Amino acid sequence: MERITEHPVLQPEERRAIKFTFDGKTCEALEGEMISSALYANGVKIFSRHHKDSAPQGIFCANGQCAQCSVIADGLTVKSCVTAAREGMRVETLRGEARLPRVACVQEFGRVEELDFDALIIGAGPSGLAAAAELGKLGVKTLIIDDKDRFGGKLVLQTHKFFGSVEDCYAGTRGVDIASKLEEQLKEYPSVQAWKNAVCLAVFSDKKVGVLRGDKYYLIRPKAVISATGAREKSLAFPGNTLPGVYGAGAFQTLVNRDLVRPAKRLFIVGGGNVGLIAGYHALQAGIQVVGLIEAQARCGGYKVHEDKLKRLGVPVYTRHTILRADGKEGLESVTIAAVDEKFCPVPGTEKKFEADTLLIAVGLSSVDEFHAQAKEAGMEAFVCGDAEEIAEASAAMFSGKITAHKVLKSLGVMAAPVPPFWFDRLEVLKSRPGVTKEPATKDHDRKVYPVLHCRQEIPCNPCVTVCPKKSIKLSGESIMNTPQFTGDCIGCYKCLVICPGLAVTIVDYRKDPANPSVAIPFEIGRGLVKKGDKVRLTGWEGADLGEAEVLDVKDFKAENTMIVIVKGNPGVVDRAVSLKLYAGEAGVKAAAELASSEDDTIICRCERVSLGEVRRAIRSGMRDLNQLKAVTRAGMGACGSKTCSSLLLNVFRSEGVDLKEVTGFTRRPLFVEAPLGVFSGVKCQTEADEKASWSGF
Amino acid sequence: MAETKYDVIIIGAGSIGVPLAMALAKAELKTLVLDAAPSPGQGQNKCAIGGLRATHSDGSKIKTCLRSLEIFSTWKEKHGDDIGWIKGGYLFPVYTERDEAVLRDLLKVQKGFGLDIDWIPAEKVRALVPGIADKDLRGGTWSPGDGSASPLLSINAFYRRAVKLGAEFRFNEPVTEILKEGGEVKGVRTARGRYEAKWVVNAAGAQAAAVSDLAGVKVPVRPDCHEAGITEPAGRFFDPMVVDIRPGDKSKNYYFYQNWEGQIVFCLTPQPPIWGDDRRSTSEFLPEISRRMVSLMPNLATLRVRRTWRGLYPMTPDGFPVVDFPAALKGYVLAVGMCGQGFMLGPGLGEALAAHLGGKPSAADREMLAGFKLERSFAGQEKLK
Repeated sequence: MERITEHPVLQPEERRAIKFTFDGKTCEALEGEMISSALYANGVKIFSRHHKDSAPQGIFCANGQCAQCSVIADGLTVKSCVTAAREGMRVETLRGEARLPRVACVQEFGRVEELDFDALIIGAGPSGLAAAAELGKLGVKTLIIDDKDRFGGKLVLQTHKFFGSVEDCYAGTRGVDIASKLEEQLKEYPSVQAWKNAVCLAVFSDKKVGVLRGDKYYLIRPKAVISATGAREKSLAFPGNTLPGVYGAGAFQTLVNRDLVRPAKRLFIVGGGNVGLIAGYHALQAGIQVVGLIEAQARCGGYKVHEDKLKRLGVPVYTRHTILRADGKEGLESVTIAAVDEKFCPVPGTEKKFEADTLLIAVGLSSVDEFHAQAKEAGMEAFVCGDAEEIAEASAAMFSGKITAHKVLKSLGVMAAPVPPFWFDRLEVLKSRPGVTKEPATKDHDRKVYPVLHCRQEIPCNPCVTVCPKKSIKLSGESIMNTPQFTGDCIGCYKCLVICPGLAVTIVDYRKDPANPSVAIPFEIGRGLVKKGDKVRLTGWEGADLGEAEVLDVKDFKAENTMIVIVKGNPGVVDRAVSLKLYAGEAGVKAAAELASSEDDTIICRCERVSLGEVRRAIRSGMRDLNQLKAVTRAGMGACGSKTCSSLLLNVFRSEGVDLKEVTGFTRRPLFVEAPLGVFSGVKCQTEADEKASWSGF
Repeated sequence: MAETKYDVIIIGAGSIGVPLAMALAKAELKTLVLDAAPSPGQGQNKCAIGGLRATHSDGSKIKTCLRSLEIFSTWKEKHGDDIGWIKGGYLFPVYTERDEAVLRDLLKVQKGFGLDIDWIPAEKVRALVPGIADKDLRGGTWSPGDGSASPLLSINAFYRRAVKLGAEFRFNEPVTEILKEGGEVKGVRTARGRYEAKWVVNAAGAQAAAVSDLAGVKVPVRPDCHEAGITEPAGRFFDPMVVDIRPGDKSKNYYFYQNWEGQIVFCLTPQPPIWGDDRRSTSEFLPEISRRMVSLMPNLATLRVRRTWRGLYPMTPDGFPVVDFPAALKGYVLAVGMCGQGFMLGPGLGEALAAHLGGKPSAADREMLAGFKLERSFAGQEKLK
C-alpha cells in the first residue's frame, strides 16, 4: 500500500478499512476516501482510456474540475476524485465513452428549493471564511458554500507554517491549522450557514445561483454574492504532457497532504514559484525523493527561504531551464530538460534526462473568476476577493476577504464600523512580491548564545520579531517586508527557531563548549530520520555543503510539529549551517532530445485530445475566433470547459506570430461544472441493480 | 478603400448566408458575405441542435428540406469532410388520444407529399428508443429518412467550400447602410468600406428586421428565445430525434437526440414564448427539461449536462420563412424568418435562391420559394414549428 503512515506534521486519522474491487481485483480503501486516492494507495495510476485514441488517463486536477479520472463505479461513470469509495463497490476502468445504466422507473421528482440570503459566499478558502466571519459579526444572513468536504480551501493542503504577521493572519501557524481555526470561528456566528460538499454550478441571468449540495439542487437568491473561488493551476504544453504521472502541484498536495497517499517515488517539478517549491518540500516530508526542480527564469519567483529549504536538503534547483519532453509507455518514466537562452529557447547540447515517475506542473495560477463575471452580467451586487480577484498569498486573501465583507455590508445597508485604513496597507504589504535579497549577514557581536537569521530576502513576515521574549529581534525598518536583525540578548529559548516559516533561524550556543559550539537546526522532514550520535552533512546558504558533523541531541517540539537537531560544529561552520542534507543531487544523463518529430503531437486540449498540430493547422488556415477553432477541432469542448486549454491555445496563437488582439476568446459556458441531468428535478430513480437487490430476499 | 463590384452581397454568414454563398459561387456569381461576428455561424447557427427533417406540414418547406437532406447526407462522400450526419429518423412518441389524432391527421398531408413517414406501434417505439416510458405509450409517427448533423462542422465545411469556389467573406464587419438609387439596390456600406452589388441578400437571422429597416422594407420577423443543452458523451443507445409534443408546466414541446459524438442534445420550447434577444441562461430551463426528459427516459437521469445555451428563433407570425424579392426595392432579397429552422432549410434554400439570382430557376426551385412570399396574410399556422 502506498500510504503515508509517518509524517512529521500530519497525523493519519484512524479510519475503518473497507474493501472494493478494481477491474475484479480486491483493493482496500479507507472509509470516506475518494476512489482516486484509494486507487493510488493501491498502486493504480491509470483510471480510464480516452475515447478518441485509447490513451491512458491518470489523475490531473484531483479537484472535480476535469473528468480525466473518470471510472465506472457500480455501473455509473463518476469522477473518481470526488466520489467516495464504498464497501463492496465495483470499480472498473472506463474505456471509451460512458455507458448508461438501465433505470427501471422514476419513483418521484423533488422540488427545487429556492432560498433567500443576504449574502452568498462561493468558496470557503481563506478569503471566503474571513469574509463570512466579518458578515457573521453583524448578524448578516449569510450562506457560505464549498465543493469540498472540509473548509479551508487550499489551506488544508499546506503543512508549512505561514508567513505574514502573527496579529493579522496567523503567521507561524501551519496552513492546515489555520483552516481549522477559521472554520471553528464560524461557529460563533449563528447567522452564517455553511454548506460543505456544495458545488456552485452557475449564476443565472435571473439572479439565482444554482448550487448542488450532495445530490440536491438548490437555487439561492442572494442580495449580494461574493466570489471567493480561488485560483486554478495553469498548464504547460510539451510532448508527453498528458501521460499518467504528469499533473498539477495542487493535485499532488491533495493526494499527499489531504489523503496521505504516496503517489510518487521519484518526483520532478516544473516551476520555481511558491507552489512548486512548497510542493517539493511537501514531497520530501512525505518521504518522496525530489529529483529536481526547474525554473525558466534566472531565479525562482517564490520565496528564497522556500527555495533554500529544498536546496539545503539536497534537491537540485535548475534555473534558466525548461522541460523538453516527458516519456513513458503507460505512465511517466523520464523527463528531459534543457537550459534556455535569453529568449527562453532550449540550448542544444544542454539536454539532460532524469528518471522520474511523477512530474508536477507548477507554472502559475489564474483566477477562477467566472462566477463573478456571471454575477456582474446578471446585474447582481457582485464582489470578489482572494485569489479569484488577484493571485497572492493566503495571508493576503484573508485581508481581502475582510475588506470585501465590509463592501458587502455597505451595499446591504448594514451599519458597520468603517474599514480600518491600515487593513488596506496590510493587504498591499501581504500581496507584495519578494523584494531584494541581501548578502548573508556577518556576525557583529560576541554573545555566547544567539540566533542566526538566515532570512535575507524581503518578504512580508515577522513572527520571529513577535515571539522573542527579550524583544531582541527587530526588523530593519517599519514594514514587515524588512529583514530581521538580532540586536540584544538571547536566552536560547528556541521560540524564533520554532516559529520561523522559512526554517531560516538557527541558534548557536558556545555556553557548554567554547571551542566546539553547537548549532540548533530546525528539521521537519521525518521523525526518526536523525538520532543522537549520527553523523550528518551540514548545508548552508543556498545549499552549500559544509561537511560532516555529529548530532548532539534531537528535540521534538510536538505541539509545533517541529524538531530541532543540535549538532556539534566549529566556529567556522556554526554561523553558516542551516540544514541537514538528505539527498545527494543527481546530475541526470546527457540526452539529445528529438524534438521536431513529436512536437505536433503535444496535446493542447486534454479532454478532447486535440494536438498542437491540429491547432496550428487551424490557425494557419486563418482562424482567429476560438469559437470557430473549437467548432472545427473540438478544442475546449470537453468536460473541463476549456479551463485548462484556453491559455495554452492563446500561447499557440502567440507562437504562430498572431497578435492576440485579433483573437476572439471562447464564449463561456453557463454551467461551470457538469452535473447529472436528474439532479435538476430532484429525481429519485430505481435502477435495475436496486430492483434486483430488493428481490434478493425471495 | 476602392469600390468593388459584386454580383451578390449577403448580409449574414450563418445558416442561410454560408450555404447560399456556396451555391452562388458554384454558379460563378461574384459573392461577398459580410458579418458582424468574427467567424461563420456565430449567430444562431451554433445554437441549432442539429435536427434535420423533411417531415413538415407544407409543400415549400418539405421540398426545401428534402433538398437540404440530400446535401447533408451526401456531403461526406462528395467532399470528404465529416459533418456528423446520422440518418437516425424522427420519432414523435404519442401518449394521449388527442395527440394521436393530431399526428394521424398530419400524416395524411405528409404522405400526400410523398414523405417517408408512418404510424408505428408502441413496441416499435420501444425498440427504437430503449428505456422510453412505457405507461400509456400508444405508438408514434416515425420518419426514418430524417436525421441530424453537426451545425458547427456543417457550417465550417460549407464555408471552406464556398471560399474554395471563390466566395469572399468579411468578418467583424457589420453593415451600416444599404445603398439605394432610384428604387434599386446599389450595394452596402460598412465601417471599413463600400461594396457594390446587383443583389443584396438579407440573411441576418435574428437581426433580419433591423437590417431590413436599412433597406426601408418592413419584415414581420421578431426573435423568441429557446434554451438548449448538451450532455457528456455516452455510448450510442438510441438513434432518432425524439420529439415529445405534450405540454409541460412552462413549456410546449421539447426534443432531444444523441449526436454523432454520443452526446445528448436537447431543446425546449417555452410556453408562453419569451420574446426578445436575451441569450443569457435562466434558472428555469434545467429543472423543467430535466423533469420532462427524465420522465420520458429515466436512464438519462445520470448523464451529466455539460453546457446549456439560449438561442433565438427569428419568428414570423405564421411560422413560415420569408424568402422573396420585395417590389419596393429592386435587387434586395429577403431570406429571413426561418423560425428556428435555418440550419435544415439553409442548404436547400441556398441552391434554390442561387438559381433565382442566376436567372435560371427550375420549376422545382420556384416551387420551393412559392410558399415564402412576403406579401401573404400570415394567417395560417405551421403545425410542426
